[in-house]
Amino acid sequence: MSPILFWLFSILMLGFGILVVVHRSPVASALSLVVSFLGLAVLFVSLDAYFIGIIQVLVYAGAVMVLFLFIIMLLDLKAEEVRKWKPIPLIGGVVVTLGFAALLVKVIHRFPAGNKPFEPITTKVDDVRSVGMMLFSGYNLPFQVVGVLILVATIGVVLLSKRELK
Amino acid sequence: MGVTLNNYLLVSGLLFTIGFAGVLLRRNIIIIFMCLELMLNAANLSLVAFSRFHLGSNGLPDYNAQILVFFIITVAAAEVAVGLAVIVALYRARQTTHVEDINNLKF
Repeated sequence: MSPILFWLFSILMLGFGILVVVHRSPVASALSLVVSFLGLAVLFVSLDAYFIGIIQVLVYAGAVMVLFLFIIMLLDLKAEEVRKWKPIPLIGGVVVTLGFAALLVKVIHRFPAGNKPFEPITTKVDDVRSVGMMLFSGYNLPFQVVGVLILVATIGVVLLSKRELK
Repeated sequence: MGVTLNNYLLVSGLLFTIGFAGVLLRRNIIIIFMCLELMLNAANLSLVAFSRFHLGSNGLPDYNAQILVFFIITVAAAEVAVGLAVIVALYRARQTTHVEDINNLKF
């Protein structure tokens, strides 16, 4: 992928990520999150991970965000009213975030192995086939455990949504 | 000059930082939940970048990392469903999604 496209989609993703945090209206935040996830899907595709990119669009930008919007509209949330900021949590949050970002830059700066460009792939990439083969052979047991997990989550959601628990 | 692994790691880390800042600074519980999703996705981006960086002997990316990403996406989808059900139950009990109004267990 050319560096221009990489930085374009990275800035798109990060910019809409920042909009998620700063918007007062939950609906605007959710829609910004959709755009951010779409930018992330483009970055996945740029790393030759077509399957993960498509899953990202279908599951995150599609299903998960529809669920978020559905809940926001079900609860009929209005834009948050302006409340007074308490100074200590605000300063603490900003300091911890900036410290984390500084640590990140320092760690990446001290990782010279990551500074060479990606080697080009010469063979044909059929990642859906490769991922599928690995998933159903070497990772068969975790795959079935995840199936049970989703079943448990479904039952849990039904129980939580009942009016009163008996 | 091409795009390097460190560029992807930097973008992934910045996305994580944005989500982290959102969790720390916002007080609407649904926004906090969305920021959690941002952090999960930042981890996915660095996993996929390492997968592409570490070419196997056949010259293809390391698909073990992509399978881990697949599992993360699956578990995150289940987590969103349960978390939103908890938020709806909380809203029914308290008529609020503001974390400062839900502080009975606060020390």
